Amino acid sequence: MVGSNRILPAHKIVNPLGNSDLPPPEERKLRRSMVEKALKALQAAIDEQRILC
Amino acid sequence: MTRVVHYLNQFFGGIGGEDKADLPPRLVEGAIGPGRAIQAALGKGGEVVATIICGDNYFAEDIEGASEEVKRLIAPYQPDVLMAGPAFNAGRYGIACGAVCKMVQDRLGISGVTGMYQENPGLDLYRKDVYIVQTSDSARGMGEGINKMVNIARKLVGKEKIGNPSEEGYFHRGALINEISDKTGAERVVDMLMSKLRGEPFETEVSRPAYDRVKPARPIKEIGSATIALVTDGGLVPKGNPDRIEIRTATRFGRYDIKNVQTLDPADYEVAHEGYDSVFVRHDPNRLVPVDVLRDLEREGRIGKLHDRFYSTTGVANIVEVMRRLGEGIAGELRAEGVSGVILTST
Repeated sequence: MVGSNRILPAHKIVNPLGNSDLPPPEERKLRRSMVEKALKALQAAIDEQRILC
Repeated sequence: MTRVVHYLNQFFGGIGGEDKADLPPRLVEGAIGPGRAIQAALGKGGEVVATIICGDNYFAEDIEGASEEVKRLIAPYQPDVLMAGPAFNAGRYGIACGAVCKMVQDRLGISGVTGMYQENPGLDLYRKDVYIVQTSDSARGMGEGINKMVNIARKLVGKEKIGNPSEEGYFHRGALINEISDKTGAERVVDMLMSKLRGEPFETEVSRPAYDRVKPARPIKEIGSATIALVTDGGLVPKGNPDRIEIRTATRFGRYDIKNVQTLDPADYEVAHEGYDSVFVRHDPNRLVPVDVLRDLEREGRIGKLHDRFYSTTGVANIVEVMRRLGEGIAGELRAEGVSGVILTST
């Protein structure tokens, strides 16, 4: 996304916050870990565009 | 005889440096400093009737108010054209020059011309509205910059055709103009390619969009009391696509209520996006807009609140200018509703 400064790599273009190979409870855990990273990124002090993972 | 009013900052107006940057606008009759070079370039065909001098900080701190004051000073002199600067790479000065030119065009019905270096922040703010000629980054390029400005000013006043940006030395204004060419597109593009291979200069007919850099937002200090919103460009919309968001080159966004919704039910949503295979998202929309886990985190007190609406548009084959407007619209609403952080998910 042009202009985004806090960037996290996601799973797949067609399934960014999921993984259809996993059973649903595991997939939800994966999603939670990605959202937790996003919340952490929102709390990170940065002064230029960064890929945070 | 063309009547010109010239705008300068406190430095080029000969009043002082940063210590005088709070100077309110004042008018001096005749040409001052760089205005003398304008007068020389105009020759007998025109006259710099007055010069406005304003401090950079005074203008930058209240662009609207200062513009109004400048307008009141200019109006009695009934100029045919306003020339500002050139501002070279001076940021506040460049913004002031662009703002004054736009103001005279909008409010006094006359044209404005200014000049800047390519990295001046005034360029992106005003290039679409105002003719801005290319200058060097410092006053070394004064003579050349002023000649280009006077050339454009003459043509504007004489209602003559102004040529292409590269011919006339101004920054393109994002305008597309139809022209008849005696060569087909295929021939022209091969010519360009051959020039490129030979290391010769060539000019593209479709320039790449310029992406601006955004200053990062401050980090969230108290995430446990913050309202977090979800925004996506993956085209997730309620069944029936009520806002009729286009499946490509979107011009709209939607906001969709998720108050009391614990998880996005695939029965309620569809995807308006032709740029990716949406089967995984249609089977479980939480894979794109993760409402389910944010509800868990909200319940656990890890965030204050999940915002009551998620925002959606379609990110494929978009026009940067349109998306900028959409982004500003979404951000404006979220800010007004007290959202402190956004998770943007993209496909």
